[in-house]
Amino acid sequence: MNQTRTKEQARESKPRVAVFKFSSCDGCQLALLDAEDELLEVAGGIEIAYFLEARRQTLEGPYDVSLIEGSVTTPEEKERISDIRGQSKFLVTIGACATAGGIQALRNWCDVDDFIRLVYATPSYISTLKASTPIIEHVPVDFELKGCPINKYQLLDLITSLVIGRQPRVPTYSVCLECKRKGTPCVLVTKGIPCLGPVTQAGCGAICPAFNRGCYGCFGPMESPNPYALGERFAELGMPASHIVRLFRGFTGYADPFRAASDSFQEMKR
Amino acid sequence: MTPKDVNVSAVQEHFKSPDPMIPYSARVTDIKPEAYAIATYGLMFVDEKIRAGYQFMPGQFNMIYLPGIGEVPISISSDPGDPERLGHTIRYAGNVTRAISRLQVGDIVGIRGPYGSAWPVERMRGQDLCIVTGGIGLAPLRPLIYTLIRRRSEFGRVILLYGARTPNDMVYVDEFPDWETKGIQVHTTVDRADEHWKGHVGVVPMLFYHIRLDPKQTTVVTCGPEIMMRFVIYEALARRIPKDRIYISMERTMKCGVGFCGHCQFGPVFVCKEGPVFSYAQVEPFFGLEDF
Amino acid sequence: MANTAPNIGSQICISKDYLQPIFEALRKRNYRLIGPTLGEGAIVLDEIQETWDLPMGWTDQQQPGTYRLAQREDRSLFGYVVGPHSWKRYLYPPVQELLEVERRKDGISAQPIPQDVTRYAFIGVRPCDLSAIAIQDRVFMGGPHQDPHYRARRREVFILAVNCTRPGGTCFCVSLHTGPKAAAGFDLSLTELEDVLLVEIGSEMGKEAISAVSWRPAGAFELQAARQLLAEAENHMGRKLDTHHLPDLLYQNLEHRRWDLLDKRCLSCGNCTQVCPTCFCSDMVEISDLRGQKAKRVRLWDSCFSLHFSHVHGGNIRPSIRSRYRQWLTHKLAFWFDQFGQIGCVGCGRCITWCPVGIDLTEETRAIQMEGTK
Repeated sequence: MNQTRTKEQARESKPRVAVFKFSSCDGCQLALLDAEDELLEVAGGIEIAYFLEARRQTLEGPYDVSLIEGSVTTPEEKERISDIRGQSKFLVTIGACATAGGIQALRNWCDVDDFIRLVYATPSYISTLKASTPIIEHVPVDFELKGCPINKYQLLDLITSLVIGRQPRVPTYSVCLECKRKGTPCVLVTKGIPCLGPVTQAGCGAICPAFNRGCYGCFGPMESPNPYALGERFAELGMPASHIVRLFRGFTGYADPFRAASDSFQEMKR
Repeated sequence: MTPKDVNVSAVQEHFKSPDPMIPYSARVTDIKPEAYAIATYGLMFVDEKIRAGYQFMPGQFNMIYLPGIGEVPISISSDPGDPERLGHTIRYAGNVTRAISRLQVGDIVGIRGPYGSAWPVERMRGQDLCIVTGGIGLAPLRPLIYTLIRRRSEFGRVILLYGARTPNDMVYVDEFPDWETKGIQVHTTVDRADEHWKGHVGVVPMLFYHIRLDPKQTTVVTCGPEIMMRFVIYEALARRIPKDRIYISMERTMKCGVGFCGHCQFGPVFVCKEGPVFSYAQVEPFFGLEDF
Repeated sequence: MANTAPNIGSQICISKDYLQPIFEALRKRNYRLIGPTLGEGAIVLDEIQETWDLPMGWTDQQQPGTYRLAQREDRSLFGYVVGPHSWKRYLYPPVQELLEVERRKDGISAQPIPQDVTRYAFIGVRPCDLSAIAIQDRVFMGGPHQDPHYRARRREVFILAVNCTRPGGTCFCVSLHTGPKAAAGFDLSLTELEDVLLVEIGSEMGKEAISAVSWRPAGAFELQAARQLLAEAENHMGRKLDTHHLPDLLYQNLEHRRWDLLDKRCLSCGNCTQVCPTCFCSDMVEISDLRGQKAKRVRLWDSCFSLHFSHVHGGNIRPSIRSRYRQWLTHKLAFWFDQFGQIGCVGCGRCITWCPVGIDLTEETRAIQMEGTK
C-alpha cells in the first residue's frame, strides 16, 4: 500500500508532456521518436500525456510542457493554440514552422485565393488564413527550438533541462562556429557558394557545408544576424537580387530578419 | 601604478591542483535567507585536508559547481578568519543560482578556488575607510568588514554607506547593530521606502552628503552595479580621494576562473586573474566606456 | 656524407626525396604526422603518411573573403601558404571532454577524462604559425595556472617548419616580424629550393629525425638562393600592418566612427576567431543524463562575437556588433600587450581570407591610423 503511494507520488512528480501538431510535415515529432535509445530514458523521466504520433491513449490537460509543431494556417488552429496555451505551464515551439511559419509561409508574399482556385476543385471547401504564421504571433511562447527538422539532441537537452531544472543548452550563435569546429572549409570562401551559415543559428551540426552545399537557413536567424551585409556580399559575387530574395525566403523566410532582408532585396530588384 | 598587495592571486600552494578545473565536494551546512531571492549558504569541504588547508582573502571568489547544471563564480562572503566555514551569499538569478535555490542542508556542491584579487587590507592600514555598496554588493565586502573589526585598531574611521531598492532587499541587516558597536558607522538608504522605513530615501551615492571624508587619509571601496560604482567614483573624486585609493570590485561572466576561457576580459585585464578587485587608477581609461 | 649527424644550428642540404625517410623516422618514433593536404576546396591540415599526401604542385590564391586552389606549373611541395586550419586544432581541440562527474552520497566525484595524448609531428608549420603556437604557450602555460591538457600535448610535439618563399594575398607576417623565415621554436626548418631542401637543425630531436638520410653541408650557392627567395617574399606580402604606436592608437580611438561602419558590415558570425591561430577563448558546457546524476564538462571553442560570451546578470556587456568587433580587434592588436607582453596577431591573414564578407583588419587599422586621434 505504502509502496503504491510512493510510486504514484513519483509518477505525479514527473512532468506531464504533451505534443501537438499544427500545419507541418510531422518531421519534428519524428525527431522525438527517432531518439530511440534515449527515448526510453526520456519516457522514464517524463509522462507523455498527449502525443498522437506515439500513443493512442491521451490524457487531459493541464500539461507541464507542451511541445508545439507546425504553424497557424487555419481559423481552427488559431483557436486551438490559445486553448493549448491555457492548459500549458511551459510552452515550447519546435521546428521552423512553429517558430517562423515554415516553408508554407511563402504564401504570405502571394494571394492565397489564387492558389486555392488553381489547386482545388471546390475552393469553397477550403477554409484557410491568408498567412502562415509562427505560434508566437498568437500566444506567448516560453522557449523555441529551431530547425527543419529540429535536432533531436537539442530536444533531449531541452527535456533534460526541464526535468532537472536548468537552462536548455541551445546555442544561438551562427552555424559557422559548428562548421569551423568540424573543420569544413568554408564553401562561400572557397567556392563562392551562397551560404546562409553566417546569419543562421547553429544547432544542425553544420550538415550542408560538409556536403559541399550552402546553408539553407533552416534553423532561422541567429542571435544577431546581419543578412543585409551577407546579401550584399552575394550580390558582389554576381548573384542577381532575385536569387538573393529566394535564398532568404526559404524554410524560415518569414522570420523577421530574413523577411526584412528579402523584402529589401526585392525592392532592389525593382 | 598597481599596488603590490592588490594582485595577490596567490592561490595557496597546497590547494594548487594539477588540473585547475577539478571541483572539490563541499556540504551545505546551513542556509540563511537574507532578502528577497537572496540567501547565504554555509559550505564546508567534505575532505578534511582540503578544509584545513583552504584559506582566502577578503574579496576573492570561488567557482561553485552543481553537476548537470553548471558552474558560476560567487564571491566569498564569510569571515576569512574562519575559512573552514565558507559563506556564499547568492541571488537566485541565473542558470546555476536558480538551481542552488533548490538545495537543502546536507546537499553537496563542488567548489574550486579561491580565485582573484583581494581588497588591499595592508594598504588600508592607518586609513579611514569608506565602504559604499548596494544590495547584494555587500557580500564581497563582508569579509573585509569582519577583517577590519578583528583588527579594528589598525584603521581609522570605518564608514559603511549601504543602499538597496527597498528595505526588503537589504542583506545582513541583523548584523548591523553588532558592527556599529564594534566601531563601524553604518548609513543606509533605500530607493523606495515602506511604511516601516524611517531612514534615508534615495540612491547610495547620496549618502556621501551625510559624511565628511579626509582626502589625505581615506580609502573608498565599492562594489555594485557599474552604474552605481561610476557615481561612487564621481563622488569620491569630487572629495579629492586619489584614484589609487578608490577600489572597485567588478563582475563579468566567467567559465574557468583561471584566465583560459577569455570571457571575463575587461580591456587589458582578466577580471578573474587581475580582478575582481581593482584600484580605479588601474581601470580608469576603460571604466564606464559604453558597451566595453 | 650521412656519416656524422649535423650539429644543432647548422644548415644542410638534402634531396627532396629524403623528406619521406624523415617522415618514416618520425613515425618509427611513434609520431603521428599532421600536415597540409588537399581537402575539399582548400589545403587543410590532416594526417599524412607520405610526401605524396602533401599538396605537391598546388597553390592557393587568397584575397579578402576568397580562397581558391590553383595548380602550379612546378611540382613544389610547399608552394602555398596557410589554409583554414591552424595547429590549435591539435593542441587545443575544438571540443574537449574534460571531466566526468558523478553525484555520490558522500560527494561529487569529478574525474579528468583521459585526453588524446598522441605524439604529433607537425609537418610544414609556417613561421607565422610557429609564433602563434608560442603565443598560445603563454596563454595556457605561462600564467599561475596551467592547462594540463595543452601542456601534455604541447610537450610531445615535433615541429618541422617551412619557410615561406611565396607569400599569399592576405599575408603580412613581415609587419609582425614573425616571418617569412622561422627564427626559433622548431625541430627542423626547411626552405624549399628548386631542386633541394635547405634544412636547419633546431633541436636534438630534429637531429635524430634527420640522422637516417644522407646530407651535405649547405653551400654558399644554396644559402644565397634561400636568402634571395626569402627577401623576395618579404617584398611580396599581400597585406601590411603598421604596428607603430598601435596599442596607444587604439586606446585613444575606442569611439572612432570606423567601429560604427563595422557594425554595418560585420556579420558577427565568429569565423575570424575560429580560424585565428592565437584566439583561445572557450566555453564550458554541461552534458548530463536526465536525472543530473552523471554529467560531462565539455570545453568548446568559443567566440567573443557570440552574445552569450559577454552576458552578465542584468544584461549584456557588448550588445552591439560594433562593440564585439571592437573587442576582438583591440584585444588582438592592443590589449594582448597588457595581458601577455606581445601583440596577439602573427600576420597569417586567415581572418581576412575566411571572413565571409572580406573584412580586412589591416584595412580597418589603417583607417583608424589615417583618421584617428593621434
